[in-house]
Amino acid sequence: MTEKLVTVKNRAGIHARPAALIVQTAGKFKSKIFFKSEDEEINAKSIMGIITLGASYNSSIQITAEGEDEEDAVEALAQLFEKRFEEE
Amino acid sequence: MKSFTVLDLLNLDMQEQNELDLRCLGGRPGLARPITVPDLNRPGLALSGFFDNFGFERIQVFGRGETAYLNKLSDQQEFENIERFFSVEVPCVVFTHGLQPTREFFAEAERTQCPVLQTGLASSEFAARVIRALTNIFAPTRTLHGVLVEVFGIGILLLGDSGVGKSETALELVERGHRLVADDAVEIRCVAGDILTGSGANKVLGHHMEIRGLGIINVTHLFGVGAIRDQKKVQLVIELELWEPDKTYDRIGADERYQEILGVQVPYLEIPVKAGRNIPIIIETAAMNERLKQMGYYSAREFNQSVLKWLETENARARYFQDRDPMSYDDLTSR
Repeated sequence: MTEKLVTVKNRAGIHARPAALIVQTAGKFKSKIFFKSEDEEINAKSIMGIITLGASYNSSIQITAEGEDEEDAVEALAQLFEKRFEEE
Repeated sequence: MKSFTVLDLLNLDMQEQNELDLRCLGGRPGLARPITVPDLNRPGLALSGFFDNFGFERIQVFGRGETAYLNKLSDQQEFENIERFFSVEVPCVVFTHGLQPTREFFAEAERTQCPVLQTGLASSEFAARVIRALTNIFAPTRTLHGVLVEVFGIGILLLGDSGVGKSETALELVERGHRLVADDAVEIRCVAGDILTGSGANKVLGHHMEIRGLGIINVTHLFGVGAIRDQKKVQLVIELELWEPDKTYDRIGADERYQEILGVQVPYLEIPVKAGRNIPIIIETAAMNERLKQMGYYSAREFNQSVLKWLETENARARYFQDRDPMSYDDLTSR
């Protein structure tokens, strides 16, 4: 299992567009990928789940992945957060 | 679990017979204090100076008796116990019957930043309602990835990997007149020890669904308020999975299978998905079958009973038609 803690760096937080980006990226990998924030754990391949997290600016999310391509998956998702989903 | 603060208690949106009717009189900086136990305390003993086993971590309720005692203390200019009362961090104090705290009590609460709330309800009614609300909030909770629908009155939790068609199945069920409770993130609570209730993990987002190719749709607007429901008891878990040719699936259904969620055993079915299998209709049938079971009729078992009975009668009849080796008297009695 691979884990990484990331921070939401874009001002608007995770709204529909970043959520779609996350789901598309996560969908490319075979591993089971989860996002954890405070008390919730949701599947990173489900768009409604990710929006439901209500991750606002500066909140942190723990990405966990389990499966054959877990490291690549976590790395690719962390990159998205790092690039602020190509937003402000 | 996220901590539940006094502010959350004030913000609880309860209606009609659950309404708490709370307002804050003072001590606002303390609204961030957490409430850690779902219980109340009547601080009569503490006010009279007896602090052994004082339930300070509970919500402190001041009814008519306590308030009258505060007035008496005020008349006698005795404030030692009030100071001692506020020296430990109580989550908040609540005055029932719309009563007002005495000036000294209020000043001490403000000084120690302890929230002072007031409700128009009677103490007993407030106690019943607040305990009901807090028991729900403090109930064990789990968020699951799945869809919760109500089919013929049975709450069905659809589970399965993403892309297996949970949302599409739910959409078809809604179209057929059933109700959607939550899509994708289902929050499940265990109330009263053995009842699971499920609702959407986020009330703000309402009843939306994501359908591949369509995007996010608003079920309430598309299908009307009759197609949704806020919460529902989870009575059946159905796991959808892609058909694996090598796997053996239940063909009879006489054995009951259960899935454990938060320590509660819920009837569980595994339904393989394959082109040409109409999953919504299978789910409708499963729901009706579950209702039959709740009424005490188990289709598979009853069927097997009649098969056994039939075989037995056939067996008995067969003897009369056997031409050779006619049965002897001994033969009949030994059976």
